Amino acid sequence: MLVVQILIAVFALFAIARAVSQYKQGRVPRTWLAFWVFFWLGAAIVAVLPWTTEVLARVLGVGRGVDAVMYVSLVVLFYLVFRLFVKVEDVERQITKLVRKVALEEVESAKD
Amino acid sequence: MKVVAVIPAYNEAQTIGEVIDCTRAFVDEIIVVDDGCADRTAEIALSRGAIVARHVINRGLGAAIGTGLAAGLKRGADVLLTLDADGQHDPSEIPGFVKAIEDGADMVIGSRLLTRVGMPAHRQLFNWIGNFVTFALFGKWVTDSQSGFRAFTREAAKRIDIRTNRMEVSSELIAEAHRNQFRLAEIPIKAIYTDYSLSKGQNFFVGIKTLLKLVVRRISG
Repeated sequence: MLVVQILIAVFALFAIARAVSQYKQGRVPRTWLAFWVFFWLGAAIVAVLPWTTEVLARVLGVGRGVDAVMYVSLVVLFYLVFRLFVKVEDVERQITKLVRKVALEEVESAKD
Repeated sequence: MKVVAVIPAYNEAQTIGEVIDCTRAFVDEIIVVDDGCADRTAEIALSRGAIVARHVINRGLGAAIGTGLAAGLKRGADVLLTLDADGQHDPSEIPGFVKAIEDGADMVIGSRLLTRVGMPAHRQLFNWIGNFVTFALFGKWVTDSQSGFRAFTREAAKRIDIRTNRMEVSSELIAEAHRNQFRLAEIPIKAIYTDYSLSKGQNFFVGIKTLLKLVVRRISG
């Protein structure tokens, strides 16, 4: 086994352990725990047993296993970036709400 | 009928005093939204007799307009106007807005492109792009979607749901007018472009960012 395979597998285990501990602290919801566990398990399996990607490639109808991994990774990345973007917008909106509330209370108390 | 002017301001100490002085004669009350200014904007506004709503941190034009309208509603406004703090709008045109409201409009937009007086050519181009994007995303064509000189009835202001924080708000307000089926009137206004107000204008990258946010606003419904 190549060193890089071992490294990826170890890192995947580490990432899963982190996700579980974050879940236990109530910082990530269960669906996201499931997502990350599946994601890193998948990464570990692909790293240790590269031939499994050929199965994926056949299912998707692309040439090589490596290509299939690339395509899937890109899709996942884009999706995560979009989620992040929406989340940031949401946080911005909440900050505005808070700032507005403070501003309006000040106007109220200063009235006349 | 109580007419309240809402002036969103971000570091406009240089012009805010004069804008307030010129506006006073045409409205019952002036609310300046200090959007986290680092300069003396709020202080000057208070000394000129305006009500000041202060954002603790800068939240952008959309947020400031939202706060201003909310404050105006709390103060019992019947008609709410928004105008820019950089002096590019002529407050003596306010009676035209109020008249359009009296004539039955729910929302009035002051359009710089019905006259085109004083507007540089590249500004006209950007404006047209803004109009096109607004139309493509939200299905409503107006001649000046990016205008900051507007009026709302109390009912309209209550029903508008501002969700974007920054420059996207201009298009969003048009979208909200369309969604709520407001009677929308456009009246011609002059744009007073000074070196000061031009220096405060938007650049290309802000435009791209604004476009992206509008697309997200459209998708998120």
